Amino acid sequence: MRNLIFGLTLTAIFALGAALSFLWTPYDVTVLDIANKLKTPTADHWFGTDHFGRDIFSMIMVGARTSIAVAIVAVVIGMGLGVPLGLTAAARKGSLLDEVIMRGNDLIFAFPSLLIAILITAIFGPSAINAIIAIGIFNIPVFARLTRGAALSLWTRDYVLAARVAGKGAVRISAEHILPNLANLLIVQGTIQFSLGILAEAALSYVGLGAQPPTPSWGRMLADAQTLIALAPHVALFPGFAILFTVLGLNMAGDGIRDVLDPKLRVER
Amino acid sequence: MTLLSIEQLNLSIGDLPILRDVSLSVGAGEVVGVIGESGSGKSLTAFSVMQLLPRGASCQGRISLLGRDVLTMTEPALCAMRGRDVGMVFQEPMTALNPVQTIGAQVAETILIHEPKTSKSEALERAKQALTRCELPADKFPLSRYPHELSGGQRQRVVIAMAIALQPKLLIADEPTTALDVTTQAEILALLARLVREDGMGLLLISHDLAVVSDMADRIVIMKDGAVVETGAADLHRTMTHPYTKALFAASGHQPVRSAEPQEIPLLQVQNATRDYTLPRRSLFGPVDTFRAVDGVSFEIKRGESLGLVGESGCGKSTLTRAILGLDPLQGGKILLDGEPVGPAVRRKMQVVFQDPYGSFNPRHKVGRLVAEPFHLLNRKATAEEVDAALISVGLTPPDKHKFIHEFSGGQRQRIAIARALIIKPDLIVLDEAVSALDVSIRAQILDLLADLSDQFGLTYLFISHDLSVVRAITDRCLVMKAGKIVEEGATETLFTAPSHPYTRTLIAAAPQLPAA
Amino acid sequence: MLRYAIKRLGSLVISLIVASLVIFACIEVIPGDPASFMLGINAQPDTVAALREELGLNASLSARYLSWVTGMMSGDFGTSYTYRTPVAEIIGERLWLSLPLALIALGLTVLVAFPVGILAATKRGSWADMSVMGATQLGIAVPNFWFAMLMVVLFAINLRWFSAGGFPGWENPAAALKALTLPAIALALPQASILARVMRSALLDTLSEDYIRTSRAKGLTRRQSLWRHALRNAMIPVLTIIGLQFSFLLAGAIIIENVFYLPGLGRLVFQAISQRDLIMVESVVFLLVFAVIMVNFAVDLAYAWVDPRLRGRA
Repeated sequence: MRNLIFGLTLTAIFALGAALSFLWTPYDVTVLDIANKLKTPTADHWFGTDHFGRDIFSMIMVGARTSIAVAIVAVVIGMGLGVPLGLTAAARKGSLLDEVIMRGNDLIFAFPSLLIAILITAIFGPSAINAIIAIGIFNIPVFARLTRGAALSLWTRDYVLAARVAGKGAVRISAEHILPNLANLLIVQGTIQFSLGILAEAALSYVGLGAQPPTPSWGRMLADAQTLIALAPHVALFPGFAILFTVLGLNMAGDGIRDVLDPKLRVER
Repeated sequence: MTLLSIEQLNLSIGDLPILRDVSLSVGAGEVVGVIGESGSGKSLTAFSVMQLLPRGASCQGRISLLGRDVLTMTEPALCAMRGRDVGMVFQEPMTALNPVQTIGAQVAETILIHEPKTSKSEALERAKQALTRCELPADKFPLSRYPHELSGGQRQRVVIAMAIALQPKLLIADEPTTALDVTTQAEILALLARLVREDGMGLLLISHDLAVVSDMADRIVIMKDGAVVETGAADLHRTMTHPYTKALFAASGHQPVRSAEPQEIPLLQVQNATRDYTLPRRSLFGPVDTFRAVDGVSFEIKRGESLGLVGESGCGKSTLTRAILGLDPLQGGKILLDGEPVGPAVRRKMQVVFQDPYGSFNPRHKVGRLVAEPFHLLNRKATAEEVDAALISVGLTPPDKHKFIHEFSGGQRQRIAIARALIIKPDLIVLDEAVSALDVSIRAQILDLLADLSDQFGLTYLFISHDLSVVRAITDRCLVMKAGKIVEEGATETLFTAPSHPYTRTLIAAAPQLPAA
Repeated sequence: MLRYAIKRLGSLVISLIVASLVIFACIEVIPGDPASFMLGINAQPDTVAALREELGLNASLSARYLSWVTGMMSGDFGTSYTYRTPVAEIIGERLWLSLPLALIALGLTVLVAFPVGILAATKRGSWADMSVMGATQLGIAVPNFWFAMLMVVLFAINLRWFSAGGFPGWENPAAALKALTLPAIALALPQASILARVMRSALLDTLSEDYIRTSRAKGLTRRQSLWRHALRNAMIPVLTIIGLQFSFLLAGAIIIENVFYLPGLGRLVFQAISQRDLIMVESVVFLLVFAVIMVNFAVDLAYAWVDPRLRGRA
């Protein structure tokens, strides 16, 4: 329970900060103020300023938007494709379709999202969309495997047999009896993939495969800070903490949700 | 000589009291049976002797083993005691062995743990002897076998070999045959009896099955709700005084009263049914192997009749059931219900009740929706009156439809399962081990309910079970199935009193008998 | 056992073929004409034609795929357009940094995670367990490249124990290992945290199995049951995770190389992208996928070693 409250609070802080940034930020992140560059934290600039004199606090608020948006859309892609694939594979267990879906999953697992991002970027050039697609594609097999595994054990339950005796087909059974009993598992895994998505987005932006300037993003801020790290380490400190605490908050919320819903759930990390 | 004496044992887990003032004793060469229904505390009593209890459990009282009080022993002393002075056999042979270790190594481990100076080869040699004593000779079952290469009964022999490797004074067997078929059960019980005789061991035999225990115990202890209600000699059925003991004996041999007479019209006709399974491919391009689970089976059920189908696990009765329900296609033959092949049109004339009262319902739906599910076959929604009527007919009340399934006990769930089967007024109800998971007293009530319903609605039952006594109690006619074929068919009483096929005879001989009062 | 290995080998070959098809399609089919893509929009038609000739783009798609695959099998990865040297040579050089880095990190991960996970499981609920769980929760949440930057600030800039980046080459193994120490630690931290948690929960799961109770009834102490029975059974889920982690470590190495200015595959592939050197990107990606698939094959074989049930079944 403590996990859940702490995790949700942390997550809520960042989500609210991201939402607020649409309406208001302490400073405009598009305005450069070279005179005030690389300031350490003061009452005016809570987290200091970067090498262009931009307010780091404001940039973290706006950067949260990118991180959260990329990670959420990637989870939606992963769930939206992975769950139906997993349900289909389980409903047609042992068929050619099942085999093809599972082999496809194995194949995607051989392409870490970074490699997918590299391939896409090589063709289309870098953008935040690339990051979403790359992370989203990698999420598909995670959800597909999890869904298939759990659905297979549900398919052996007597209540599924009873539904078949009542003449219900595979689609209807999957929707009525399988999916609702997977919901807990999917919610918990969803939070974990969300947090992994934030980490992956940061890494991709850091190496220049994600969101492009001037869109602020936490990974991009760290890349910029790196060249100045000996001079102004605080510029690297705050975006890093932003990532750390968002991911920590989501993970703890995920653990908390699992403990509340069903302590025996098994999820993949 | 008294090996084990438990005096005034109280056990609680956290704040929850489980055992109250339990006292019993086991002497050398004596077999003591402990009988109780689920939740009676019989297994925890056994685990208290070993001090292998769940977290948070605490014991008060005295457990004296070979003159020492187990409750005051240190953990190292307990470890030295377990396996050497007391051996233990468990209920589930499929999971009781380490899947990644050979059976030889697991039996030898008992010896190596207690006699660390023994060389590995000598320990293996003694393990071989122990396994041979348990009728797993090394020439047929080498020590290098892994558990997954053995059947359930063979695995249970390995567990027994581990327990008796050091010839302990006391053997504790917790439901040792519950997970096994009748013929295997008879063999394992005979093995245990022989080992007790040869080694002069004491045996504490825990079971839910009165017949199993009455067959071999010198003394019987009856437990209920964490307390001993009655203790007696092997002839307890004659000397019993406690009402619970009497109720237990009555329920175990319960014969429901049935009055319906079958008509001479066939309802279900199975003609030469054959069902093959595709085995997993052994190689990518090799031929596909198949296994014939049901091999040319033919029979009929008449309207209003109650037909039993008995057989041991793997005989094909579950496969046949699935084919009758139209869940799996046949590779040969026909199954006709009311003269028509099983398909969407006649499916509504047939419903099913499964064994597991816990896995039979979607935990996320309310009882009203669960019970109404078969209406899918009629392409309409159930009315509130129809749901209420179904619940009332199985002894529940209309408000129960607003509850979730976890609010009901095992027996009540089985009533709900019957309500679900009844609701669209089918002609045939397939009962697939429908009372096998229930305690005897609940089982007796459900059997009465079934008999009642068949009289009331003119139902036809196909009763599939491994439990001969249940089939004998409720069916008119009976089929015996073995290796995919029906080996014998006949009126139930005739078949049980004068079986003609050798396999039927073996089955009936193996089934433990309740002593006649 | 042999049958199992052969079957796994078969699926390994299929995975490699499909992976190569996917990569080939991404690089040589989707962009339309790779030659004009590589040269940019301002290229002269005759330069494009020359490059088409050089890359062999005038042949049919299937012929190009076949020559790419057969070339790779004989060690010929083509010639880099920007470097004007054989791709295989450049990659070979860079691989000698990235692969050891990932392997050292994998070693560190296992070395840290096993004892920590076992400790937490044996002392479940104790302060040791609680602090391990708390620390690993943090370790999972830390972005490894940021952690690497913090280590640079502390150990290279302030304490001056390590240099802030660069790689002296393997001629001096001690110096080379020293240069890889901080990167390997940064890579290993999150993965070790994950693995320690997996180890803990896998052990706790197996400790509640029936055969553990059987072994206790034989007279084994809690500790003996854990070492002799629980650990080997817990290895089955742990191995799965280790297999997955290797691909994360390889990908992570590409990123961490950026922090420490290490001349590995990562820097190579990012340069190749900015220079639109498709041949280079294609080869590096395939090589990395190849490595991941090979590691998964090794994990499959390790399964069979741990679990006798897999050996019998082909």
